[in-house]
Amino acid sequence: MSSLELKDLYDGFRDPDVIKGYQKLIAAEAKKLDRNVNIMEVCGGHTHTIMKYGLTQLLPENINFIHGPGCPVCIMPKERVDHAYVLAMQPDVILLTLGDMIKVPGSHGSLQDARAKGADVRYVYSPMDALKIAEENSDKKIVFFAIGFETTTPMTAALLDVVIKRGINNIFFHINHVTVPEVMKELIDSRDEHVNSYDHRIDAFIGPSHVSVISGSKIYELFSIEYHIPVVVAGFEPVDVMEAIYMMMKQFNEGRSDLEIQYKRLVTPEGNLKAQALIEHYFEKVSLFKWRGMGNVPNSGLKLRDEFAAYDAEVLFENILPYDEIDDHKLCICGDILRGFAKPQECSVFGTACKPSSPLGSCMVSSEGACAAYYKYGNLI
Amino acid sequence: MCLSIPSKVVKIDPELNIATVDTMGVQRTAGLDLMEEGSVKIGDYVLLHIGFIMNKIDEEDALESLRVYQEILEKLDEEERRVLVLEDDNCVNREAP
Repeated sequence: MSSLELKDLYDGFRDPDVIKGYQKLIAAEAKKLDRNVNIMEVCGGHTHTIMKYGLTQLLPENINFIHGPGCPVCIMPKERVDHAYVLAMQPDVILLTLGDMIKVPGSHGSLQDARAKGADVRYVYSPMDALKIAEENSDKKIVFFAIGFETTTPMTAALLDVVIKRGINNIFFHINHVTVPEVMKELIDSRDEHVNSYDHRIDAFIGPSHVSVISGSKIYELFSIEYHIPVVVAGFEPVDVMEAIYMMMKQFNEGRSDLEIQYKRLVTPEGNLKAQALIEHYFEKVSLFKWRGMGNVPNSGLKLRDEFAAYDAEVLFENILPYDEIDDHKLCICGDILRGFAKPQECSVFGTACKPSSPLGSCMVSSEGACAAYYKYGNLI
Repeated sequence: MCLSIPSKVVKIDPELNIATVDTMGVQRTAGLDLMEEGSVKIGDYVLLHIGFIMNKIDEEDALESLRVYQEILEKLDEEERRVLVLEDDNCVNREAP
């Protein structure tokens, strides 16, 4: 008989007393440290937790958060949104996607705007929902606009696996999956001496929670070994984040730059091998993927392997997809925010011309975006 | 997008390769496509994400974390009691009538 209850997995990691306990432990370590440190939380889920629980207000002044680019909707470039828009506007296409993707503005508008013009755009809870939609609409081409980091890539692969095994011939994939270590590497490599001042130095990474459930913590070894930057893989609950910060502070004080797992209940160094095998079977890396606000990041995107080209919407619709480069909105500083060079409230249109109800940039569109988190929780420190 | 929910497995359908999970009273189905065959059992705690079980939650590790947190709270309580005693010892009003 288990002594663990489901509610313990929620309440136990949100206990305000434990949060306060870590606050004291962190304060003691921070005092010993006697210097400022910048911690980047790579993942939007962590940004959300930090803002929602007001963790910045519980931490000493010498700990600063840099909000990273780990929000799949935020980093979606207009070029890819425009692909989705064009595909959705085809009379014989039903376009499916996840989450906030439907609200991201492209150069013609968002998928929501396409829907207002009569396009059949649907938000799905799970990629597997595509199976039923394909069955009910056998005269239509179902295009799954696949987004997300390593967390969601295996789910796309699992859908393709079923599509192939069942011989379904009207489901296609537009792949926009991206990978975390490559963008973390880009964030460090692209920091020249000018930005390597205190303001923008990354002293430690909070490793993403659920990317790591799939990929294992091993994908971050490079940062602790080659770059000598501590990485602590943390869960999404507030106690998880506070414990991870405490672990980092101890690393700083002990002069270590180790890769550690705080989120031990779900993350192992190896990760989910079956999910990794599915990804490996169906996907290969693309040499460049353009991230909104960050430009081209080497080896950070995935595409379907050539042997699965028959399911690739980019191959099938090659003649109608636009390939022009598009600049980001001039006033939006989402790029600088994703790189950690600016905070949302430093943007001239934050909370005025750009709000969750009428976003100019993608950091405001997604609930995981740094701007949306700052706007929602009013945590303007 | 990445936020996932701890849930408990209440039923498994090997035919369809899906599990029924309970998330704080709400029941839904989740694909087992990312899990090794037979690795998920009724009563297991799992992490659910966009309709799939991503991984099992290691109960021992979860309990270990919760034990560590309790120890931290006890240590801090002790520390606070010690501070109170010291403050009392140094109380300047002790001699006051």
